[in-house]
Amino acid sequence: MVKERIKDPREGLQGFARDIIKQLEKIQNPDMTLPVRNLSNIYFDDKSKLIMLGDKVSHRTYLNVAHTRKFMQTAMVASGCKKLLEQGVTTSIRDLFYNMKRTIPKFNEETFDTQDESDPLIEDIEASLNTLRENLHLHAEQKGSLVGPITIREPNFDTENDCAKMGASGYGIPSICEPDTVQFRDCKADFVIIVEKDAIWQRLNEDRFWKKHNCLVMTGKGQPDRGTRRMINRLHSELKLPIYVCADADVWGFYIYSVIKQGSINLSFVSDRLGTPNARYLGLTTQDVEKFGIPKNVTIKLNEGDKKRAQELLNYVWFKKKEWEHEIKHMLQVGYKLELEALSSKDIRFITEKYLPQKIKEEDFLP
Amino acid sequence: MAELKTDVKSAEELAKTQKGVSVSEFFEKNRHLLGYDNKIKALLIIVKEGVDNSLDACEEARILPDIYVKMEEVSTEKYKIVIRDNGPGIIKQNIPKVFGSLLYGSKFHRLRQNRGAQGLGISCAVMYSQLTTGEPVEVLSSTGDGKTHRYKMKIDVKNNVAQILEEETLTGKEWHGVQITFVCEGIYREHKQSVLEYIKQTAIANPFANVVYEGPTGRFEFKRTINELPKEPKEIPPHIEGVEYGVFERMLRATTARSVASFLTTEFSRLGKTTADEICKVAGIDSKISPRRVEDKDIGKLVQAAKQVKLIAPPTDVLSPLGDKLVEEGLKKELNPEFVATVSRSPAVYRGFPFQVEVGIAYGQSITEFKIIRLANRVPLLYQQGDCAITKSAMEVDWKRYKLQADKLPTEPMVLFVHICSVWVPFTSESKEAIASYPEIMKEIKLAMQEAARKVSLYLSGIRKAEYMAERRKTFEKYAEETAQALSELTGDNAKKIKELIEKVVAEKAGEFEDTGEEEENGVDKKKKEKDEEEGGEEE
Repeated sequence: MVKERIKDPREGLQGFARDIIKQLEKIQNPDMTLPVRNLSNIYFDDKSKLIMLGDKVSHRTYLNVAHTRKFMQTAMVASGCKKLLEQGVTTSIRDLFYNMKRTIPKFNEETFDTQDESDPLIEDIEASLNTLRENLHLHAEQKGSLVGPITIREPNFDTENDCAKMGASGYGIPSICEPDTVQFRDCKADFVIIVEKDAIWQRLNEDRFWKKHNCLVMTGKGQPDRGTRRMINRLHSELKLPIYVCADADVWGFYIYSVIKQGSINLSFVSDRLGTPNARYLGLTTQDVEKFGIPKNVTIKLNEGDKKRAQELLNYVWFKKKEWEHEIKHMLQVGYKLELEALSSKDIRFITEKYLPQKIKEEDFLP
Repeated sequence: MAELKTDVKSAEELAKTQKGVSVSEFFEKNRHLLGYDNKIKALLIIVKEGVDNSLDACEEARILPDIYVKMEEVSTEKYKIVIRDNGPGIIKQNIPKVFGSLLYGSKFHRLRQNRGAQGLGISCAVMYSQLTTGEPVEVLSSTGDGKTHRYKMKIDVKNNVAQILEEETLTGKEWHGVQITFVCEGIYREHKQSVLEYIKQTAIANPFANVVYEGPTGRFEFKRTINELPKEPKEIPPHIEGVEYGVFERMLRATTARSVASFLTTEFSRLGKTTADEICKVAGIDSKISPRRVEDKDIGKLVQAAKQVKLIAPPTDVLSPLGDKLVEEGLKKELNPEFVATVSRSPAVYRGFPFQVEVGIAYGQSITEFKIIRLANRVPLLYQQGDCAITKSAMEVDWKRYKLQADKLPTEPMVLFVHICSVWVPFTSESKEAIASYPEIMKEIKLAMQEAARKVSLYLSGIRKAEYMAERRKTFEKYAEETAQALSELTGDNAKKIKELIEKVVAEKAGEFEDTGEEEENGVDKKKKEKDEEEGGEEE
C-alpha cells in the first residue's frame, strides 16, 4: 500500500523539529524515528511486483555518541530543505551539501565532510515525512540520455525538445522528471530500449537504431539515477510503451535490470514511482553465447565476488523465477560473464543489425 | 702402554696429597658459589648479609628495626662498610662464633621462616673482606646492659674458627644492637642491581623498618610508615614428605625416642600414631623396636614407605606473610604509584614445606616502566631474574587477557611485587638469587598474579570509563549549537533557548543512555546492508 505523498513538506519539516523540541522540554533524550532503509525492512509486494518499504523504524538519538553527529546533520538537512522551499528555488543535492558545510566553532570539526554524509539524510527525511526529494526542491546531477521520436516539453524552461534532433549527445534526462516539469508530446515510438552503457547507447544512436526500429533508446550510464528511472516509469505508465533492458551478462548488469523493474532496497519507499514491473530483459545472457556463436575468448572468467553476488541474487525473492534461476545457474556452471561490447567481436554493427532485432523479433526475453 | 706406566700413581701415593678441607678453605676457593663473583656484586652481598641479619634479629626480639648502613671508599676499589642495628645484640661469648666460623648459627637446624638460614652469610662476608684486603672486621655488640663488647677478628681458615686480634669491653653507653665494620674490595655502582636498589626494595618489603643509607652519592632515608611488626613466624619440625634419605638417617641415628613409632611422631610435623604404624607396616618394620635397632638397609624402606601412605599436610599458620596492608604501604611509600592492587594467597605446601605467595602491583604515576621486585622471606632478590620461578611464572601469565599490554612480560608502567615466604625457600643455588621452579610454587605465583592483574584491569577500566564519559559529554556539547540553530530555523523558536534545553538534557540524562553503534531496533547484518546500499540503490 502506497500512501499519498505530501506535496508541500514544509509543515512536516516543522512538525519534525517541533517533536524534538517537545522531547527536550520534557527532559527526554531527543529521538528521531526514521524508517529503516535496508534489506531487513523491505518486502517484495506480490501484487504490485515491487520492492516495498516495511514498517520497521530506527531511532536516531542525541545522547548516543554514535548518533549525535548524524542527529545534528539530519536537523541541518531538514532546515536546509525548508529554506529552499521558502525561497522557491530548486537546487542540487551537492549545493545543499556546500550550503550546510561549515566548521563547528571551537572544535575545528566540519559539520559535513563529504556529500556522502548528506545524501542519505535527504532520503531519511523523504522517507520519514512521506514526501519526495523532488518536493523538497532538490535535484541530483543529470545523468541519463534519451534519443528517439518523442518531443518533451519543459514548461519551467518554456522549451519543447524534439528528442530525434538532439545529435550525438541526445536529450539529457532531468533529475526531476515529474509531470509538472517534464511533459510528453508526439510520441511515435513503439517501445523503449534501455542500455546499461553509454558506449552502446552511442552506437545505437550513430546507427540510427531508434529510427530504423521506431523506438526510444535510453541509457542511465551504469545504474540509472532517479530521474532516468522515473522517466522509464512514466513512459510505460503514461504512454504504454514496452520497456526492454539491455545490460552486461553479469550479476551487476542483472541487478541494474532488477532496480529498473522492481525498485531498489535503499529507495524502496519510492518504488511505486521509480519501478517498472512490466520491463523485460532483452540481454545479454550467458546463454546468448551459444545462441549467437559468440567466441569464448571474449568471455571473462567469474571471480569470487561474482559468484558470491550470484548466490545473493538467487536468494532475492524477486529473482525467484525459473528463467532467472536458470540463467544465473547457467552462468555459474559455465563460469564466465560477458560485456555488451563483446558482441562487437563478431562485427561492429552486430548488436544493432543482428542481435537486438532478432531478440525483439523472437521476443527472446527474460521476465 | 709402557710409557704411561711411569705416570700411574697408586692409591696410597694419592692419599698422601688428599686431606680434609675446612668449610672456610672451601669458600676461599669457591666464593662464586655464594655470589662473590665480581667486585660490584660483592659490596651488595655484604650489605645484604648484614641487613638481613639485623632485620631478623630485630623481628625475633620484636623490636621495630632501625638500620644504619654506611659505605665509603677508603682508597681505589677499597670500601669501608658499616652496618648497625638496634636489635637485641649478641652475648659476648657468641660473638666470635657468629662472625668467625662458617655454618655456625642455630638457624640451619630448624625450620622457621627467616631471612638467613644457612649460617653462612655473615661469616662469608668476613672471609671475603680478609681475603681481598687482609683487614679484620670490627664488631660492636651490646645487649642493653651498659656494656659494649668490641672485637677485631679474622677467620682462621684452616680450622674454621675465629682468630681474635683485639677484644675489650667498653662501658658508659646505653644501647643495644650490633655494629659491624668491614673493609673489603669492591666497585660501587648505582645501576639496577645496586646497594641502593637493594636498600630501597628492602624498605618497600619492610615498611616497619627505618633504614638510613649513607652512600658515596649521598644520604638516603627510608622512613618507617607502620609501627607494627608482622606476626612472628613459628618453628616447626620437618615434614616427612620433604625429608630425604640422608637427613632421615641422621635424624634416626640422633634421636632419643624409644621406638620407631615415637621417633616418627615426635620428630616430624603432623605425623600421628596411626600414620607412623602404617609407615612401619608398609616398610615391613616393627614399629615398637628402638630406632637404634633399625638396620641401615631398612632406612630406605622407611623413607619409601612414607611416600606411599597418606600424610597430613604440615601446618601453614607458622608463616609470617607481610599482609595486604604492608605490601600496599611499602609500595606506596617508595614508588608513589597511582594505584596498588594486592593479593595474598592462602598458604600451600611443596615437598612438605609450607609456603605462601603475596603479590602487589603498583601502577602508574611516578612509575614509568615495568619492573619486577622479587622477595623471598622479605629479602630482595636482585640477580638471576631470568632463572627465577617468579619471572618464569610472570611470563606464563596471559597479561593481555587483563587488557594489559604485554610482550610475554607486561610493558605497562607498573611494578610487579612478588613475595614468597616459607620455612625453607628453595633457591637455585647457595647464593640465594633465584627461586627454584617447583610446580606447586609456580602455580601459586601465577594464580596470585592473575588475581592482581584482574584488580588492575578493573581499576583501569574504571579510569578509562571516566575518560570515555568525559569525552562523551564533550561530543554532546560539540553538536548542540548547530542542532539548536537548525531546530530554530525549522520552528522559529529561539536558538539560544533550544541550546540551553539540549545542555540541560545532556547534564541530566547523559549518564542514563548507553552508546550503541546501530540505530536499528533489531540486529541487522551490517555487512549485508552496506553491500546492498552500495550495489542496489546507488543513483548519483
